Amino acid sequence: MTELLTIDGLTKAYPGVVANDDVSFAIGEGEIHALLGENGAGKSTLVKMIYGLVKPDSGHMTLRGAPFEPAEPRAARAAGVAMVFQHFSLFDALNVAENIALGMENPPAQRQLAARIRDVSENYGLPLDPDRTVGDLSAGERQRVEIIRCLLQDPKLLIMDEPTSVLTPQEVEILFTTLRKLSAEGTAILYISHKLEEIRSLCDTATVLRLGKVVDSCNPREKSAAELAEMMVGTKLHVPNRERTEPGDVLLQVTALSLKSANPFGTTLKDISFTVRAGEILGIGGVAGNGQDELLAALSGEAPTPTGCVKLNGDGVGHLGPNPRRKIAILAAPEERLGHAAAPDMSLTENALLTAAIREGLVNRGFLKWPAARGFAERIIQAFDVRTPGPANAARSLSGGNLQKFVIGREVLQRPDVLVVNQPTWGVDASAAAAIRQALLDLAGNGTAVIVISQDLDELLEVSDNFAALNEGRLSTPRPARGLTMEEIGLMMGGAHDLEVAE
Amino acid sequence: MDLSAINPLVLMASIMVAATPILLAAIGELVVEKAGVLNLGVEGMMITGAICGFAIAVETGSPTIGFLAAMAGGAILSLVFGFLTQVLMSNQVATGLALTLFGLGLSALMGQSYVGVKPPATDKLDLGPLADIPVLGRVLFQHDLVVYLSLALVLVVWAVLKYSRAGLILRAVGENHDAAHALGYKVIRIRLMAIAFGGACAGLGGAYLSLVRVPQWTEGMTAGAGWIALAIVVFASWKPGRALLGAYLFGGVTVLQLNLQAAGVAVPVEYLSMSPYLITILVLVIMSADRSRAALNAPASLGRIFHASN
Repeated sequence: MTELLTIDGLTKAYPGVVANDDVSFAIGEGEIHALLGENGAGKSTLVKMIYGLVKPDSGHMTLRGAPFEPAEPRAARAAGVAMVFQHFSLFDALNVAENIALGMENPPAQRQLAARIRDVSENYGLPLDPDRTVGDLSAGERQRVEIIRCLLQDPKLLIMDEPTSVLTPQEVEILFTTLRKLSAEGTAILYISHKLEEIRSLCDTATVLRLGKVVDSCNPREKSAAELAEMMVGTKLHVPNRERTEPGDVLLQVTALSLKSANPFGTTLKDISFTVRAGEILGIGGVAGNGQDELLAALSGEAPTPTGCVKLNGDGVGHLGPNPRRKIAILAAPEERLGHAAAPDMSLTENALLTAAIREGLVNRGFLKWPAARGFAERIIQAFDVRTPGPANAARSLSGGNLQKFVIGREVLQRPDVLVVNQPTWGVDASAAAAIRQALLDLAGNGTAVIVISQDLDELLEVSDNFAALNEGRLSTPRPARGLTMEEIGLMMGGAHDLEVAE
Repeated sequence: MDLSAINPLVLMASIMVAATPILLAAIGELVVEKAGVLNLGVEGMMITGAICGFAIAVETGSPTIGFLAAMAGGAILSLVFGFLTQVLMSNQVATGLALTLFGLGLSALMGQSYVGVKPPATDKLDLGPLADIPVLGRVLFQHDLVVYLSLALVLVVWAVLKYSRAGLILRAVGENHDAAHALGYKVIRIRLMAIAFGGACAGLGGAYLSLVRVPQWTEGMTAGAGWIALAIVVFASWKPGRALLGAYLFGGVTVLQLNLQAAGVAVPVEYLSMSPYLITILVLVIMSADRSRAALNAPASLGRIFHASN
């Protein structure tokens, strides 16, 4: 195999942190190369340097024997490097063709471009209508837009940053078929992920990054997932465990819940019904943008519903706002940490006050009880091992994992009867994720009804008793999580959403 | 009351004159907002343009040079805003308000020696036979260049935003600046150019007030025209065609109520004076009543501070 891209001693430091420290490896032509590492290991910084978004402090790259120093993404694209972003770099209000034109150097006229989009997309089994508005597309379709945008430029190297986090298992299979076809045609793929099974089935080589350094490289097909995880984390991982308890009485009952989204590109909830018993964890899977945010809003009280739609112990609570619901022990932790779950520029004490004032008695006749609030914040910090100098620090100053532990801990310590969490471990490192999952399991063990909304299917299978999937605002009938296969889960999530397999 | 004193032809002709300053400011602000920047300093840029244009026109004796100077003045002032909000990342709302106050004060200072001075007259464009068409000729074809320029500008802005690559990039920057940055577009540079364009348009609109519509210099003579231009942009759902409609509606009601005042209609003057503002806002609110569809056209990054995270 001839070498396409060689990376030699790349270093990039930001104030206070070395994101990449002397990173070297090579990618061969047509090779599918995995870049493996936890959040914060420096994967994103590394690919941003290859794509010309970030300038390395030192080190150099060689592309097909010539020095490669892209000053901007345009230069990288011209050299044959294309990238599919983790958080989609798409424009909701523009249509597919316009979005694709924006990612090209010299796009043809709209009509010719539309024809080419149809051509290429069908050739690779990723059908796309160039005239549709991107905001109306499903997550899988949006990713297709990004991939087609890259393919239209005949890339020599395709960088994919966590491409499967938004796909159903069936869609993942189709994506892999497309990627293998590209690889067979000579396109190298740099595949970034922390999903070990995927890397084992797809990639030829894996380079493992930890804290900005290359710690290992291997052929992932020869390693077990546990071995790869150990390389990535550096230590053995604690696997959450729980004693299975018999679920108690029905605590939360949702009947025929329909809700229009407040967001023009949001999803309308359609006729959702389920029950959660005391001590049960209900896992709700589904691809992002299928009604997760709306469901959380309906359960937390941010979006009021008809009284009878949501019942706690048989009493209708659908009309209550978030604070009355907190009073009767229905608590929630939304997905967006900064700005929704926590106010970024307020201290941890203040953030603790914001949701816990009622249940923890931190307010007296409208006056704040600062010492009590500080005490509560300190209890969260201690109980959940939140790494911060103290409760006076702003929420923004915490790392994602630590803030997530704080946000979840804040709700857990308020002794909820019903707890709803959305994406509890999104962007959190593996050990913090394990701690959060353990906390949810312990909570259920003490008789709380827990609803975990997540896109991480492995996580859901690990913690939940019952599993249901959201697809276009509809919820499938919950089924016992034990014994469910990926295939079955994929079908519950809506299958392949009209994708075809590439020939 | 003597309504017969109102000459419908003169009235309709003066609608175009009255609407032009607001139209210019609104179309400039529309481009700025489409790029994702909320510049509340339109009023300040307009009045700065008004005095820059007025002073230069008086000194040189040429209204054309005056108009150019007004555009330069508006653009320079807007770039102060651009520097503060785009480079130093200050809050756009606060900075825009400050720009309005600054513009009002600066123009008053610059204009001290021009109060009561008469500016050189701006020539009407000679459209030959068109101007001799009965009725239409009087209403549509006996104006100066700036009126036609403003109409052409609406057309150009509409076409550029809809059909050109430059317009697509501008809309992309306003829609999602992080994504535009990730694709390698220079968000800050594009926004600065849009801000300067908006400033030049507002300045030109201001100069049209002081050189043609009034024509003389008084302190605070824009009297809220910049604010109405801002409102028109929002209620026009960021569509150039609707901004044109809004501006002409405002101009029309303004001229009509002035004529009614002169004719001595038995309605208190205060009500007549507020009517253009009320009616324009009301009509545009009704037109944009379908909130979900209006939101689709709103630039999603409007007013948000862009900070390249790497």
